[in-house]
Amino acid sequence: MDARQQNLIPAFYPTPRQLSGIKAVLFVLALLPVMRLVAATLLDRLGANPIEFITRSTGDWTLYFLCLTLAVTPLRHLSKWHWLLRLRRMLGLFAFFYACLHFTTFLWFDHFFDLDEMWRDVLKRPFITVGFSAFVLLIPLAVTSTNGMVRRLGGKRWQWLHRMVYLIAALGILHFWWMKAGKHDFAQPILFGMIVALLLLLRLYWRLQRLQAERKQALGSPAGCGGQRRRTSY
Amino acid sequence: MLIKHNPNGIELPFPSEITPRAVFESRRKFIRQLGVGAAAGVTGTLLELPGNEAWAQAPGAQKLAATVNPAYVVMDKPTAYKDATSYNNFYEFGSDKADPAANAGSLKTRPWTIAIEGEVKKPLTLDLDSLQKLAPLEERIYRLRCVEGWSMVIPWIGYSLAQLIKKVEPTGNAKYVEFVSLADKKQMPGLRSPILEWPYVEGLRLDEANHPLTLLTFGMYGAVLPNQNGAPVRVVVPWKYGFKSAKSIVKIRFVKDQPRTAWNIAAPQEYGFYSNVNPNVDHPRWSQATERRIGEDSFFTKKRQTLMFNGYSQVASLYGGMDMKKFF
Repeated sequence: MDARQQNLIPAFYPTPRQLSGIKAVLFVLALLPVMRLVAATLLDRLGANPIEFITRSTGDWTLYFLCLTLAVTPLRHLSKWHWLLRLRRMLGLFAFFYACLHFTTFLWFDHFFDLDEMWRDVLKRPFITVGFSAFVLLIPLAVTSTNGMVRRLGGKRWQWLHRMVYLIAALGILHFWWMKAGKHDFAQPILFGMIVALLLLLRLYWRLQRLQAERKQALGSPAGCGGQRRRTSY
Repeated sequence: MLIKHNPNGIELPFPSEITPRAVFESRRKFIRQLGVGAAAGVTGTLLELPGNEAWAQAPGAQKLAATVNPAYVVMDKPTAYKDATSYNNFYEFGSDKADPAANAGSLKTRPWTIAIEGEVKKPLTLDLDSLQKLAPLEERIYRLRCVEGWSMVIPWIGYSLAQLIKKVEPTGNAKYVEFVSLADKKQMPGLRSPILEWPYVEGLRLDEANHPLTLLTFGMYGAVLPNQNGAPVRVVVPWKYGFKSAKSIVKIRFVKDQPRTAWNIAAPQEYGFYSNVNPNVDHPRWSQATERRIGEDSFFTKKRQTLMFNGYSQVASLYGGMDMKKFF
């Protein structure tokens, strides 16, 4: 399980300067999808239905960034590159950024800023209800993403609040699933669902492992097969 | 506006009320540029958008001669040929809108045989040429409304399906007409995906099939149908959502019972057998009250109102006394 111990991933500790460089590159890369949309809009290269293209694209990128954000902890665990954690806030904020664009296309192009009409749509159609809920739940996470807010909330409380991202990811996939449901076209939602499920199950697996290790320690039994046998007979 | 009614119930404006083509073309072009080009204007390069000439004839495609039928012309501006042939739902070639244009090249449209069978006195099996010569070809400009909330305006070429129905003489048992599309795995990569039951089957009530608006279609934009638009022969039923208009038809069957149609099997709560364009009956996942006209409605315009029966009110009499919410 531990890729580092098998020498698959070399140890790497970036200097502060290198880390700033990595962050800058990541920032530019994360902006590419929206820059591509802007360029394609100006060049009239979005196809016959530009608005649909923008809606789908911004929705897709929200899900990509949610997956990337959720991938940080497992990747860190596997590679022991703990500095990856320093990139997580940016990834999460980009998920929020694309979610904002996605919501704006809905409010602007679908409803032309008619809020009454938008609310009717949100309340009437389950797939929009879950998508909208996921978006609303992202707002407190984005607001409390600053160092100051982490301090003000305290680490533990902050962490509990930000575990909401698991729910948000599930709602996002449900939104996508229901959007595709009428067309029986589940290939993509299944793929996203499997990726998120894997990322969450890995956490669960490691957590159970850790609990087991802690219990063993508490019992004072030595590690190894013998220890386990002795424990079961205990 | 005064409306003149002719015996078919087809609404025709007075010639004096029709905006001269040159005027509306320049007006549309201006609106388009204002819309799509507003952002581009900032950079100083105003985009040259395809004008109305683009639809007149399909570039490079095999021409198909037809006489314009003035009874079936809408005042809406036809959709650009490029949009009508690159943004398609034709799941036999893939579920993405760009898939049919990319994958339908593998479809062999000749030789093509079509069987007309079932509850008829004179069943027929015809090759494409004989079928096409059965009645004079007409050009008709119809609105096309997709169930997904977008619309186009397309100059089709064909003749009323009623002409064919007359030839085969349906028996008293014939209550419905079923259209079966080609399902050939070798030519149609989309059949590998189980999104729908193949072959694609669509159907109409006999009186709907006999309505003069229902067009047996061989061409569009002055040329033969491109593969991605349902070559070599399809139906076009302009008052119903687009998926009711079966493409690449190999069999037309006259039957006693309501056919089990592809989308109705896949999601009965979302796609009814009738599927008449109706702004008052929402799709479970979106409103059908408005639509976006491809190539026209830009970022800065509200979506346009969808019309009952897609504006073809002459079909209303087919559904007298029917609860359209129940039979959606």
